[in-house]
Amino acid sequence: MTVDMLMDWFATFGDFPVFAFILAVVISGIPLFLIMALNAMVAVYVERKVSAFMMDRIGPMGQGPGLHAGKWGLLQTAADAIKLLVKEDTVPESSDKILFKMAPFIIFIGAFLGLAAVPFSQTLQVADFNVGVFYIIAVGSIGVIGIVMAGWASNNKWSLYGAMRSAAQIISYEIPAGLSIIVPIMMAGTLNLQELIHYQSGTVWGILPNWIIFNNPFSFVAFFIFFISVIAETNRTPFDIPEAESELVAGWMTEYSGFRWAIFFLSEYANMLIVSGLAVAGFLGGWGAPFLDYSTQVPGDYFGSWEKLLH
Amino acid sequence: MGIVQGDQMTLNIGPQHPSTHGVLRLEVKTDGEIVSEIRPHIGYLHRCFEKHSENVTYEQVIPFTDRCDYLAAMNSNFGYVVAMEDLMEIKVPERVDYIRVIMGELNRIASHLLALGVYGLDVGAFTPFLYMLRDRERILDMFEYTCGARLLYNYMWVGGVSHDLPKDFVKICTDFLDYFEPQISEYNELLTYNKIFIERTADVGVLPADVAVSFGVTGPNLRGSGVKWDVRRDEPYSIYDRFEFDVPTGTGEFGTVGDCFDRYWVRMLEVKESVKILRQALKDIPSGDVHQAIPKKIRPAKGSIYRRTESPRGDLGYYIVSDGTPVASRVKMRSPAFTALSVLDEISRGWMISDVIAILGSLDIVLGEIDR
Repeated sequence: MTVDMLMDWFATFGDFPVFAFILAVVISGIPLFLIMALNAMVAVYVERKVSAFMMDRIGPMGQGPGLHAGKWGLLQTAADAIKLLVKEDTVPESSDKILFKMAPFIIFIGAFLGLAAVPFSQTLQVADFNVGVFYIIAVGSIGVIGIVMAGWASNNKWSLYGAMRSAAQIISYEIPAGLSIIVPIMMAGTLNLQELIHYQSGTVWGILPNWIIFNNPFSFVAFFIFFISVIAETNRTPFDIPEAESELVAGWMTEYSGFRWAIFFLSEYANMLIVSGLAVAGFLGGWGAPFLDYSTQVPGDYFGSWEKLLH
Repeated sequence: MGIVQGDQMTLNIGPQHPSTHGVLRLEVKTDGEIVSEIRPHIGYLHRCFEKHSENVTYEQVIPFTDRCDYLAAMNSNFGYVVAMEDLMEIKVPERVDYIRVIMGELNRIASHLLALGVYGLDVGAFTPFLYMLRDRERILDMFEYTCGARLLYNYMWVGGVSHDLPKDFVKICTDFLDYFEPQISEYNELLTYNKIFIERTADVGVLPADVAVSFGVTGPNLRGSGVKWDVRRDEPYSIYDRFEFDVPTGTGEFGTVGDCFDRYWVRMLEVKESVKILRQALKDIPSGDVHQAIPKKIRPAKGSIYRRTESPRGDLGYYIVSDGTPVASRVKMRSPAFTALSVLDEISRGWMISDVIAILGSLDIVLGEIDR
């Protein structure tokens, strides 16, 4: 949607459609990349800190702003990112070098394309498709190609095992994930994410937000099926067998280092953001505030959005 | 239906691998992920224990025994000094016996805690590992308070112990036990009764009792297979005949008798039994001089002896041959972890690679003791 809006805006300056399109895509792509990077940084920090507290540890404590030792390791992930940037990018001697170098890009493309359709608000969505849900699920599978590619090209048995496990797991859990996301699609009668969210405005029985998860017991169950299968799809604990650190050490990422590895990492966390976005849009009312009815409102009228700024 | 036999792939697990518990190399023949053969390659930690022992005096062997089973160094010391005292016919003061039992059982708890925690780590549970290490730390603190060392103690000497217990040790140890006993149920809630953990371990890597006996597997691994054999109960050494304790065996609670879960569960129950022994020992520990029976010169008469003790890993035997000089003619250590590793190939054929890691973890091997 931001792409369309930007193109409309550029059209007021003159007629240069191809250039306007490229400019609009680039302008909306940059904040998307920043969202991706920021999401990974925050998520890694929170993950490390929360799991540390659960495990009776303190987690990262250095690298904070201020003098030595700093505060609560706030800049730990930033320091890690810098470390990864300056690290040597090793390519194994016996690897298939072209595939090895290509794999991170393919995985990144899969994650980036999916993120483009995630609705952050009524207008804050890079691309608003009429088949948004289908699109996100479809591009989510691109990553598997990259994973198998990385595992095969590394010429390492452990990487191959990790890649095979990962591919098997992602493909098999896509079925329950896809079937359970069909529930909100059929209830709302649309594949468009914005319409799906609009369908969920207002209240049910006057006490609960009119979210699909609360609409009937089956959709409630469907949400948890979706939740569990996307955890498996994003290879998180307890479905982390592709990376099983006690067996495969780092799975298909074993031979990667430096920024290529960082790209994997970014994509992994972006994938988590995408499936969370899909779950929220499909079951939990999306960006809409609970209880409020905005289904009849004019787009852009709610929560004063970009459209106002742009006109 | 014909069996499809694909090409076999050789996979090397280790020597640098997080789940081999040291420097062990497993040469695994796999068909896909299914394991058809495992050949363990050992010797990466070989430090010539036996040759060293033939070149230093008897008391200088004790630090070497520390370095064999470094996770239960007190028990390694214990086995050696018991054998030496029987060879020299030394009667140690009662207080020394009590101190040795207390230290041995504390170290058994520490060793089992590490084994259980690392086992959780092997099957993917990180949190219990840190909880258990946190409590193990308190035991190591007690050792440090007593003899100054945290891991390799050189604490038990022939005829005595190096340091008497500190004055407030009994209170510290009782406090620890009061704190520790409720923790066991926390571990159980956290790990033992976890559905994922049970799924990963129950019915996996079943070690039948007859196979265990014929391979010479001892300790918790043997008891996990349902054989009630414990050197402390069946061939009491030191003063173990004075204490009341059970010998837990595997019952196949969630699967078959002798599966990985049983081996894990026996260790957990043994921790409870060790607490029981510790409470009894702390109650009636007599006073006395711990250095009184230490001989001035250790020079056993010509002869030989074999004594076995129950280390946390099983029957730890010492065979000592004396030729009447202050230097042993031969010291052989019978390693329980070695026999446990030898059974790995037998019980892990046909399982997946991830199950092999679970089976290896459940055997609780210490490479320092296997390689010596």
